[in-house]
Amino acid sequence: MEFFVQLLVNGISIGFLYGMAAMGFVMIFKSSSVLNFAHGELLAFGAFIFLTMVTWAGLPVYAAFLISLTGCFIMGFVIERLFLRPLIGEPLIYVIMLTVGLAAIFKGLMLLIWGGNLYIYPDFLPPNLSIEWGGINIPPVYVLSTMIGLLFLVLLGLFFKYSSQGIYMRSVADNQTAALSLGVHVRRVFALSWAIAALVAGMSGIVLGIINGINVHDLSSVGLKVFPVVILGGLDSIGGAIIGGLIIGLLETFTGGYLSPSLRDVVPYIVLVFILLIRPYGLFGLVEIERV
Amino acid sequence: MKLQLHPCGNFKERYEDELTIFETDYGRLWLAIGLSMLFGAVPFASGPYLLYVLNIIAITSIAAIGLNILIGFTGQISLGHGAFFGVGAYAAAILATQVHFPFLLALPAAGLITAMVGMVFGIPSGRLKGLYLTIATLAGQFIIEYVLIHWDSLTQGTRGIVLPPVSIFGMEIIDERGFFYVTFASLVLMTLIAVNIVRTRYGRAFIAIRDNDRAAEGMGIPIFQYKLLSFGISSFYAGFAGALWAYYMTSITAEPFTLGLSVEYIAMVIIGGMGSVAGSIYGAVFITGLNETLRWLTDIFMNIDALQGAGLTIAPLRELVFGFAIVFFIIFEPRGLAEVWRIIRSSFRLWPFSY
Amino acid sequence: MKAFRGRPGIFDSVTVTERRAELDVSDLSLSFGGVMALGNVSLSVTTGELLAVIGPNGAGKTSLLNCLTGYYRPQKGTIIFNGKDITHLHTHELVKEGIGRTFQNIELFPGMTVLSNMLLARHIHCKYRLGAALAFLPSVRREEVAHRLVVEEIIDFLEMQAIRKKPVGSLPYGLRKRVELGRALALKPKLLVLDEPFAGMTLEEKEDMVRFLAEMNEEWKQTMILVEHDMSIVMSISKRIVALNFGEKLAEGSPELIQNNPEVIKAYLGEEAVI
Repeated sequence: MEFFVQLLVNGISIGFLYGMAAMGFVMIFKSSSVLNFAHGELLAFGAFIFLTMVTWAGLPVYAAFLISLTGCFIMGFVIERLFLRPLIGEPLIYVIMLTVGLAAIFKGLMLLIWGGNLYIYPDFLPPNLSIEWGGINIPPVYVLSTMIGLLFLVLLGLFFKYSSQGIYMRSVADNQTAALSLGVHVRRVFALSWAIAALVAGMSGIVLGIINGINVHDLSSVGLKVFPVVILGGLDSIGGAIIGGLIIGLLETFTGGYLSPSLRDVVPYIVLVFILLIRPYGLFGLVEIERV
Repeated sequence: MKLQLHPCGNFKERYEDELTIFETDYGRLWLAIGLSMLFGAVPFASGPYLLYVLNIIAITSIAAIGLNILIGFTGQISLGHGAFFGVGAYAAAILATQVHFPFLLALPAAGLITAMVGMVFGIPSGRLKGLYLTIATLAGQFIIEYVLIHWDSLTQGTRGIVLPPVSIFGMEIIDERGFFYVTFASLVLMTLIAVNIVRTRYGRAFIAIRDNDRAAEGMGIPIFQYKLLSFGISSFYAGFAGALWAYYMTSITAEPFTLGLSVEYIAMVIIGGMGSVAGSIYGAVFITGLNETLRWLTDIFMNIDALQGAGLTIAPLRELVFGFAIVFFIIFEPRGLAEVWRIIRSSFRLWPFSY
Repeated sequence: MKAFRGRPGIFDSVTVTERRAELDVSDLSLSFGGVMALGNVSLSVTTGELLAVIGPNGAGKTSLLNCLTGYYRPQKGTIIFNGKDITHLHTHELVKEGIGRTFQNIELFPGMTVLSNMLLARHIHCKYRLGAALAFLPSVRREEVAHRLVVEEIIDFLEMQAIRKKPVGSLPYGLRKRVELGRALALKPKLLVLDEPFAGMTLEEKEDMVRFLAEMNEEWKQTMILVEHDMSIVMSISKRIVALNFGEKLAEGSPELIQNNPEVIKAYLGEEAVI
């Protein structure tokens, strides 16, 4: 029973992180219908910047945190400006394969700089963040990841619903040409969605790094797990991303705990194939009506 | 009949004449010369290392042509091509060792098995518009990788399988030169088949789906079946090439068939030129050349003591270079080397009045 | 091969049962999440007829066509074509049944040439199988040539000889509409469904198009459903008209009848303008 609850807690917090990573992915997809295959590399980037700030530069945790998030934000901007903007108006297939290329570039760069080793952050979380409840002990990281996941869900929800930039984004997602003709700065919207996506990705990368340690290969493979998550939640639904993340996270930890650890990493993809068979537009996605 | 070398206009008098692969007899002449050089002179003029590189090029070209039919002509991306290549390799190895299939039978059989495995992942995604196939093949990549390693009774897990030597009609093929004929004969055959697919109703249907799937449906093309067919053909090519590769390497493990390999194939298609059969071959040449150059550089660095550290870190360089090649070509020459070659050729033909 | 002048070979079988096109639509209803696009629409078309469907914007004309060609699924009602219930067939199956169409907003393949666009439409008439195609057998070559011949005849008929090798993306709007008509003809449809073929054309282009449509209908008895806004065209070339408004059938009959129908006038000109 204790093992079960431990796995449950574990799964939920990992799930929130997957969900967060997926939120960034969905944002890019919503605004420009691009499947971003470099998302995992953005995650790893955030984690490594934070690592460098904390260990090498020796900055206090809060400063390091702020700097890495800013770094990710700028990174998203730069990616959009350098690589995506020349392709506005080109067929989507080029843009998607471009992100495949970007993923290779970033992975190569990070391997060159930091190597393929596993790093861990120094322990900095306050121990009083952990929760004791009966015989179950929830470590501070898990509490933190759940809190951050919820926080970002609410923030992004508010952003899309009320802020003008958020409304612009929704309008661009719906109809790019119409938004352009109404004076929405479409390129800025693209840039902003990439920047926010990178920020959210970096954020989840940092927390994942606290849980599992930091390694280029591991973190970038999380970026691919985003696909089962978003297919489960519906490619265009932010809330669905979180729920999809939770389901995948739970599934993974339970498979790892009860069945076999090597099956753990494949299970999300098996689920993905089944979801495509049964409910292809996801649990919360919309079926579009095509007009001819 | 007079040879048509450089006609200054379209003087064709029958519709059959417009169905040929080459516009002029000039092209056919060059093809004949090229093929006779390839099979008559190249294997005797080059050393074993060069022959090895050429063989690898031929094998990867076959797989790249398959992927190009899917990406370049049908407009669907597969991220599992590396894994399908592996399925072909394992299918051939298992057929050869456990069922004792002869070489000539094992190749197409491996291709068919791979096509069927591909369909399993293609079926759920084919009904949907958009790029769901990409996501399904990504899942396919990971699931296949897992199965290859963990289905121990069939694939012998991490120990791998050793294949019997290749024999065609009782003739054993052991050296690089013998393989050269096998791989390049396969390449010529598979290229011809691809060209034939492209110029018949199947190719037209693929292109129609890529350009405008709604209108394609309005023209009576069942999109789902044709997407699946394209994916099946592409997987067949991957499996065929994988089988050849397995025989050529004589022993295989699941190690090489990763997502990295799939990305490598995508790079070939982009760099070579999407929607061009010849382009896939250019891409395969480019990437194989790049791979060999990088390995050569690593070897050099490793042999110099002072630079040994640098030699170790050169491995990620491969990934980096691939990435840059993909991004560079997409941004600056999205139609790839095939287009570059076309521009060069036409500027030569029009020289000195190229404007 | 001698130059072709005259009527395309695909119309040779004018009177044969092969060209039979009896369409019967009854009680067709379609709604999108509460918004009714079609409500109990019934109409019928007989072989050799040109039926025009008119109505103000949003009357459900295009929805009706989309139901006929399988892009939308009606919630209620049946569509019978030549005695067969085709209500739930997919678009590509309907094309095989003999219903070809053009689109309101041109849906050509911009990267392909006029010729390949039209050859594509011969897809359903290609008999050869994958195996033969892989080897490009002589039979495949013969068939390809035969299809090319058909396409060339249509090109001649529509006076598009000069542009046959041009990519469609480079053509002006009016010509693209004509290419689309040619592509639909290459399908050799029993029933041809035209969705606003005159929209956005110049006067000369409209005249050409009227000439083509009139010839197709009167000389070769091509059965057609024409959706159009331009009243003068509709009144001049169609024998029977169906008027729709807000998804419901207002009136049906000869052009004169429709012109004088108070309901139709009300729908077009508003409540006050009763003559």
